[in-house]
Amino acid sequence: MGRDETINFFVQKARNDFSVVEENLAKAINDIKVSQQKKLNYIEEFDAKDVLLQFAELKKSFSAKDAKYNGKLFGVPVTIKDAICVKGIESKAGSKILRGYKPLFDATVVAKARAEGAIILAKTTQDEFGFGTFSTNTALVPKNPFDNSRSCGGSSGGAAGFTAYTNAFHVAIGESTGGSIAAPASFCGCTGFTPTYGLVSRFGLIDYANSLDKIGAIGRNIHDSSLLLESISGYDRNDSTSLENGFEAEEVPIKKIAVVKDFFENCDSEVKKVVQKKIDSLRNFFEVNEVSLPLNAKYALSAYYIIATSEASTNLAKLSGLRYGVQGLVEGKHFDEYFSEIRSQNFGDEAKRRIILGTFARMSGFRDAYYLKAMRVRTKLINEFNLAFKENDLLIFPTMPIVAPKFEDIEKLSPLQNYAMDLCTVPANLAGLPHVSCTAGTAGTMPVGLMMVAPHLQEKKLYSFAKVVE
Amino acid sequence: MSDIAVDKDLIRRVAKNARLSLTEEELEKFVPQIKEVVLDSFNKLDEIDAKEEPSFQPVVVKNRFRKDVPKKSLELEDVFKNASPKLRENNYFKGPKVL
Repeated sequence: MGRDETINFFVQKARNDFSVVEENLAKAINDIKVSQQKKLNYIEEFDAKDVLLQFAELKKSFSAKDAKYNGKLFGVPVTIKDAICVKGIESKAGSKILRGYKPLFDATVVAKARAEGAIILAKTTQDEFGFGTFSTNTALVPKNPFDNSRSCGGSSGGAAGFTAYTNAFHVAIGESTGGSIAAPASFCGCTGFTPTYGLVSRFGLIDYANSLDKIGAIGRNIHDSSLLLESISGYDRNDSTSLENGFEAEEVPIKKIAVVKDFFENCDSEVKKVVQKKIDSLRNFFEVNEVSLPLNAKYALSAYYIIATSEASTNLAKLSGLRYGVQGLVEGKHFDEYFSEIRSQNFGDEAKRRIILGTFARMSGFRDAYYLKAMRVRTKLINEFNLAFKENDLLIFPTMPIVAPKFEDIEKLSPLQNYAMDLCTVPANLAGLPHVSCTAGTAGTMPVGLMMVAPHLQEKKLYSFAKVVE
Repeated sequence: MSDIAVDKDLIRRVAKNARLSLTEEELEKFVPQIKEVVLDSFNKLDEIDAKEEPSFQPVVVKNRFRKDVPKKSLELEDVFKNASPKLRENNYFKGPKVL
């Protein structure tokens, strides 16, 4: 954990001297192997043969000086959250039910990263289907590199864990539904960049909740995360919700920022102190105001969990033990019996709970009171954000109310207490607003994240501001 | 929706609709957990009046139409690549009976 140079610096060097790529890749592979021996569980799937083939191809690009050689990520190892499809590599969203599934195609983000000269290094661990805040709802639970008895955060836990763990030049593609990029970035001392809903194609993502899912970037700093976001954003005809905009890391002026006081209320005092200190240091550069988002603070979690579980329960309905993933024997079985058997045996507890909650919220007689109401409340909450943005360029507050918790403490939480940990990350996610979490400082030895939120499609403001913060 | 009784019967029924068969042990564990989420979180929206148009997406997503042009589809062997050989019969997927 001590690299200061950016990925861009590495790419410039690699274009002059290919041995830089070789050395860095060897370092990254070694870190995967050592982390696996130590059971740190950042990596879900690593195929050395596939990586060496990509390396050989890249060597040809170096000689030919082709498009990949000129790409933004030339020679950079990129890890991919397990929920994102990589051609020929087992992709199972951290779930037993998709065991053995090897996609026949690359997700758009993976294809884009490859086209920019990246080496697709490995799949990273996560909560099953993204259902969690601590990456504990899966078989391989990643351990925080700062303290192995603590969580990496979730659901993109392996992505942030490995980013913090390896000294090699590397970036990670993560995915956020309710905070799954920001939370692990905060707990692991990384910079997580979640874009506006629709800025990055979701084609090839194993969905959690379609109106909330956003693929984004986790890196060591804002430069690395922004470079990756530049590479993977942009319109994609294969995703019907894809926007026509892309992202370029360019500086724009930032004058006013506002601290959202409601999101400090339930924070641990150490976290508050670290974030407050960071905010005080920013007063030299910006006008710092204070705002309140009372509706978001009170209702965002409820609306989010209704929408997320409703959408998740319909998405997971397709997983029934036919054509791909886990499959059994169908002889003599009625389809109800077969589907129930496969699903009951292969979904984990949290997946079952969310399927039940979502199915319940959509049931005849309940749909209007829960699902439709939550969608109306979402409009209200977006309006509340937009009002705050009329006077301010950005909103800031702590990313998580606590530092990475110990596994023994996570076990004691009820599902509702667990969901409440998403208090600060859910509002921006529900509203589809772009946000960045970067490190504000440390409480003891553990990193504390600062969250910054911008209006829709104003990622440049986040880039410009995070540069000053870091 | 504060008058809903979240009990074993309801959860069993909902689970059945979602093609999940829960063991007694799972029911014992899940019922109080789900009850807590529904009563303390989901039902909280009863407090707030919301007449706004629903946001089915957080940003405005336009309908885009493309020309209906046939494209080459997957090769037959690729289609079966992820299927268990036990669930393939000639060029068909074998499934459980529906009647």
